[in-house]
Amino acid sequence: MSIKDKACIVGAYEHPTRYAPDKSVAQLHAECAAGALADAGLDKDDIDGYFCAGDAPGLGPMSMVDYMNLRVTHVDSTDIGGSSYVALVAHAAQAIAAGKCNVALITLAGKPRSSGMATGTAPRPGNPDQPDLEWEFPYAPATVNMYAMAAMRHMYEFGTTSEQLAWIKVAASHHAQHNPHAMLRDVVTVEQVLGSPVVADPLHRLDCCVISDGGGALLVTRPEIAKSLKRPVVRVLGAGEAVKGQLGGKVDLTYSGAAWSGPLAFKEAGVTPESIQYASIYDSFTITVLMQLEDLGFCKKGEGGRFVMDGNLISGVGKLPFNTDGGGLCNNHPANRGGITKVIEAVRQLRGEAHPAVQVPGCALALAHGTGGSLGTRHGSATLILERT
Amino acid sequence: MTETHQTPRAIAATLRQPESAAFQQAATQGQFSIPRCQHCGQTHWYPRALCPFCFSPDIQWESATGLGTIYSYTVMRRAKPAYAIAYVQLEEGPIMMTNIVQCHFDELHIGMPVKVGFELAANDTWVPVFSPAP
Repeated sequence: MSIKDKACIVGAYEHPTRYAPDKSVAQLHAECAAGALADAGLDKDDIDGYFCAGDAPGLGPMSMVDYMNLRVTHVDSTDIGGSSYVALVAHAAQAIAAGKCNVALITLAGKPRSSGMATGTAPRPGNPDQPDLEWEFPYAPATVNMYAMAAMRHMYEFGTTSEQLAWIKVAASHHAQHNPHAMLRDVVTVEQVLGSPVVADPLHRLDCCVISDGGGALLVTRPEIAKSLKRPVVRVLGAGEAVKGQLGGKVDLTYSGAAWSGPLAFKEAGVTPESIQYASIYDSFTITVLMQLEDLGFCKKGEGGRFVMDGNLISGVGKLPFNTDGGGLCNNHPANRGGITKVIEAVRQLRGEAHPAVQVPGCALALAHGTGGSLGTRHGSATLILERT
Repeated sequence: MTETHQTPRAIAATLRQPESAAFQQAATQGQFSIPRCQHCGQTHWYPRALCPFCFSPDIQWESATGLGTIYSYTVMRRAKPAYAIAYVQLEEGPIMMTNIVQCHFDELHIGMPVKVGFELAANDTWVPVFSPAP
């Protein structure tokens, strides 16, 4: 069974906060849900499916369904890190296609910024029984140094440069200047990225995403209900997901799980990378974007560095407009998980509701992709292809 | 000024699983060992009770040369003191995460030959680390 044309995104909401010391995490989830309901023109009691991931407080769906006082017939708390919410749109479509629910709510929220979390630089032990823990944690792996090793190998294999990676940040900053909610709104240059302090070779401070409080929510429903609402209809065309790890010790840092999830999504959607007009690409770090662009087929493997140069990702300038909200690099990375904002900006583009300065004219086909966890060790990968009808 | 690895860095203690008992026992004798599947013949890393390639439970530990080359690395400049973390490809094949110690950070490079040594973690278990081979 395919999910093609079985479900539509009818509500999308990004919380405007980037710093929320005065709110609880559950409150942020619920405020995002309320925002998505208002966007869609639906009521809380219309929701009969709830989807969340590891950021949901307490016992995930149980805690949040109870907090919001929902009555649901289907729940899903798949956690593949920041890519979860891209995958959860597909899971919601599957549940709707199977008749398990009619209106699916997906939420994400968290407060790493106000809690002073050193998201990328502090080694964080997972569950004590995590099988890799004793073989890796003694070496102090953090988020940034694992991505840095992927960048280092990419440079070695393909001659990718720090200047090329910097172009990704430059493009994001060109978009963020138009987003009043973005954390970093100043346009930066390649020289400024290269002049920022090295955090872990070869990644500079400006190669890294922001740390922000906040959240987002999506509502997915069946096409008949979507047509009855007063919003533009965004259909789910195809999706793919994958988990890539160390392959039993045959580690290969030159490609990501997008090389597996991308082709699945394109096949289900029946479209090719060339036809994508806008792409939301997970940008925990600049290297994340570069590798995903290659793995999704927007350019050949090894040519990502050349592809991103000279503003090729800037809306109105380049061939592939990406992350027109400013992305995780400049706008928002709520709960250290950027998947939901990737889908939200794709929905804005397809509805023609992105900022006029970055709106892709006549945007009818978009892609959203998430990479969760660590590119250097093990990560989730989720690709979603959406169409305006 | 060339930054240099400062030793010793405090190594965090982690829960040791039954799957690493044989490794720890050999390390106590100064021996670096790796798991090999007796069914499909392949070595793997990190060590598991079931072969990650053929799922056979017939895993035997064997002595390894402790020699390898750097597959990728980074120096965590932000940390004080800075440290080098790497993937090292062992002569026997598998690629493992480790630290590169007793080195000049700016001399590290992919392909650099390295050899194993052991450092003691906070819970008195052995942690294999690597340093540039002469």
